[in-house]
Amino acid sequence: MSMHYFANPTHFTRLAGRIQQWAGGLAAGLLIAGLYLALVVAPADYQQGETVRIMFVHVPSAWMALFCYSFLAVASAVALIWKHPLADMAAKASAPIGAGFTFLALVTGSLWGKPMWGTWWVWDARLTSVLILFFLYLGYMALWQAIEDSQKAAKAAAVLALVGAVNVPIIKFSVDWWNTLHQPASVLRMDGPAIHPSMLWPLLVMALAFKAYFVTLLLARMRMELNLRRIRALRLADRTS
Amino acid sequence: MERIVEFMAMGGYGTYVWPAFGVVLAVMALLWFASMRGWRKSELDLRALRESRRQEEIAKE
Repeated sequence: MSMHYFANPTHFTRLAGRIQQWAGGLAAGLLIAGLYLALVVAPADYQQGETVRIMFVHVPSAWMALFCYSFLAVASAVALIWKHPLADMAAKASAPIGAGFTFLALVTGSLWGKPMWGTWWVWDARLTSVLILFFLYLGYMALWQAIEDSQKAAKAAAVLALVGAVNVPIIKFSVDWWNTLHQPASVLRMDGPAIHPSMLWPLLVMALAFKAYFVTLLLARMRMELNLRRIRALRLADRTS
Repeated sequence: MERIVEFMAMGGYGTYVWPAFGVVLAVMALLWFASMRGWRKSELDLRALRESRRQEEIAKE
């Protein structure tokens, strides 16, 4: 079976339904395990005390904020180059999920920053570039809403998504390029994670739970989008006949 | 009981730790239910529309 088989919307719907169920169950199971590990099993940090537990939701949220945008940008590029309708839908479907995780990265970061840095917010490079990412998501979703013709909307949104992709490496490397209050990467680094396994494991379980959650919602939202397009096509056929 | 109180206190940082976990679960649950509701509604709408088309076809014949 080739990729073309699944690129067919009817085949996609059938397969997506099955994957969605499995991913949903996996997300729920991993989330429960991850919460237990994060809140009960993981030790308090010798410097940060119990506030370090916020890391177990903050870091996976921030990873997802970047992951969803990268996914959105790649899907947009595929949509622009190969004009495949599923690519448009994938990009559109991932935006609210990414916006949600970006919002969560900002809020949980703020709740961590207050006790550790003594402030809810600073205009440093990392925090500011993530705030810009949040507005990019909102702008992207607003653009889809604003343009009535769905093909034109898809094209405009895809162009915005690709322009905004410049922000992704800026966020990732902001902590190295500028002097930020935010700490540099401690898991995704060239010389391996600089974090104790007792904290790395809960973090990875939570990250996997968020990934499975993303897959579940992405598929549900793509299937919804596909249904809405079929409804629109049926209604359009009415008007022309 | 004492252990629960101690757990909830989070070493004095409970007012930061619990809202952080709370907002994450709340937003994730909200997005989950909104997505599932939207998908289910689209499924029912499409089915109803197709059914009404089928009835029209039958009526025409």
